[in-house]
Amino acid sequence: MTAAVEFLNVSRHFGTIRAVDGVDLAIAEGSFFAMLGPSGSGKTTCLRLISGFERPTGGAIRIFGEDMGEVPPNRRNVNTVFQDYALFPHMNVRDNVAYGLMVKGVPRARRHARAEELLALVKLEGYGDRRPGQLSGGQRQRVALARALVNEPRVLLLDEPLGALDLKLREAMQDELKALQQRLGITFVFVTHDQGEALSMADRVAVFAQGKVAQVGPPEEIYGRPRTRFVADFVGSSNVLPPELTARLGGPARWSSLRPEALRLVPPASAVLAGQVAALRYLGAGTRVTVRAGAAELAVLLPAGAALPAAGETVGLGFAAGALHVMDEA
Amino acid sequence: MAATGSARAPDRGPGDRLGGLFWRHPNLLLCLLLALPLLWLGVVYLGSLAALLLQSFYSIDEFSGVVVREFTLKTYAELFRAQNLDIILRTVAMATAVTAACAVIGFPVAYFAARYARGAWKAAFYLAVLLPLWSSYLVKVYAWKLILAKEGIVTWAAEGTGTSAILTAILSIPVIGGNSLSTSFIGTWIVFVYVWLPFMILPMQAALERVPVSMLEASADLGATPGQTFRTVILPLALPGVIAGSIFTFSLTLGDYIIPQIIGTSARFIGLAVYQLQGTAGNVPLAAAFAVVPIVIMLIYLAIARRQGAFDAL
Repeated sequence: MTAAVEFLNVSRHFGTIRAVDGVDLAIAEGSFFAMLGPSGSGKTTCLRLISGFERPTGGAIRIFGEDMGEVPPNRRNVNTVFQDYALFPHMNVRDNVAYGLMVKGVPRARRHARAEELLALVKLEGYGDRRPGQLSGGQRQRVALARALVNEPRVLLLDEPLGALDLKLREAMQDELKALQQRLGITFVFVTHDQGEALSMADRVAVFAQGKVAQVGPPEEIYGRPRTRFVADFVGSSNVLPPELTARLGGPARWSSLRPEALRLVPPASAVLAGQVAALRYLGAGTRVTVRAGAAELAVLLPAGAALPAAGETVGLGFAAGALHVMDEA
Repeated sequence: MAATGSARAPDRGPGDRLGGLFWRHPNLLLCLLLALPLLWLGVVYLGSLAALLLQSFYSIDEFSGVVVREFTLKTYAELFRAQNLDIILRTVAMATAVTAACAVIGFPVAYFAARYARGAWKAAFYLAVLLPLWSSYLVKVYAWKLILAKEGIVTWAAEGTGTSAILTAILSIPVIGGNSLSTSFIGTWIVFVYVWLPFMILPMQAALERVPVSMLEASADLGATPGQTFRTVILPLALPGVIAGSIFTFSLTLGDYIIPQIIGTSARFIGLAVYQLQGTAGNVPLAAAFAVVPIVIMLIYLAIARRQGAFDAL
């Protein structure tokens, strides 16, 4: 099967800045694909390369097997939900949603009927006559989504679409987006810097660092078996252990990662590693305990209800065999 | 450790106490700030406008030349005499042509400045647009007279490049052509466009600057061609700026009395008519009635622009 979107050694350099540097990716049709990374890692540029707002300085991009090198944005069968929504302020909601059909010359009655269907899909029935300025952030987001879906794209690109929403709304929209993607069956490519969002929504995640793809895989693999220190550190706040410490804990002399929730407190006498409690941070669903063991600081996540140590107390650290993940690269 | 000392910082003098007074009475500050401008606008400006309006309802005694201070619409009726109506129509046609040309020439400049110019280029843009406004208006108009004169730079350049035939063809167009550019309506139009162009570019640039790039990308993303994006997104969003600019170019042309005097035919424009009527002719009521015409035209223009939705994007 041909991939929905394919990057073949794609680069996008701005002068001396290598925003995207030799990226190879294949995004399967019908999948929910997340591009995760800190700001400046090249994830948004990759999205813009797919939509055509940037042109690669090297390599090729294929959409459903077709090379997009000479195809301008308006002739690509992909649509984008913009970070700032980019709704047209001089049109009402219905005309915003119907815009893609209007520029194709679809008659007014037909395109308005279709716009109403899409407004119903994003649960905004009856909002057609309003102006974007009269809507809340969450509603604007839905309008932007409906507008991007009106052309029935084969790939939908979402550029940090939930970034401007507050936490509660963001979680609700995460569920809705996921459900919508499964219902429509089209490929979603989603850019985010929020690792929780990427892990909970995507089928596959690509972690970006400095213009390159650090790791691609299903969320469990990205979280559980990070390939590099960067991935381990960025995806969840893992304990990244230097080679000496890995060796002391019974692993090879290589960099490794140990998830805070995999660690537990044990009596210091019987532990392989012991240290002092440096800080406690109450998180509601659990408590994060920072333990200082020599030069290293390790985070331990204790579930709610567990007995908490006092600050300064000497504790031992234990973990199940297999929780220590040894990384391929430094 | 508990913080010590008073919760109140020491008083730092009368300025500080005045600041406190304004903080307690925000409306007081507003009144003080607005008092002088309101006095100026309300009394000096609106007052003289009212006096002008009043004058236009008086009439002049044809034999004695004395102003009759009685309410009448006779003076307004005079505006519709063929020779006066000609002046009004000529002026409106010129103002329309000048505004259209300013919009067409100014748009690409404003678009470049708003979208692409950064840093030094932006400074260069402002300098280039504003520099002509710093020199004397009369100097510029006389400079244009030299450029457009029969023995002037344009004629010389046309001869040098072998394009004299084109210049002759343009000048032989009936009504707007003439003996030379400096004695034709085309010449008047060129100079008007040059002199008022900055007033069109600046508001358009301000309007275009507020259109986010993502909006143009969204349009292209949804399948619009560049032409469609221009018509359905850029133009409607820039329209308030175009209208603001055209208010300047239109009203400035309607009221100007110097350019048509120096460059063009001997045909009169509203500004010149007002100037001559209140001066040599001593017919202040008719001058006032003429002066009301641009005001009425502008009000009609704004009403139409509003109905067309020109201000919807504001």
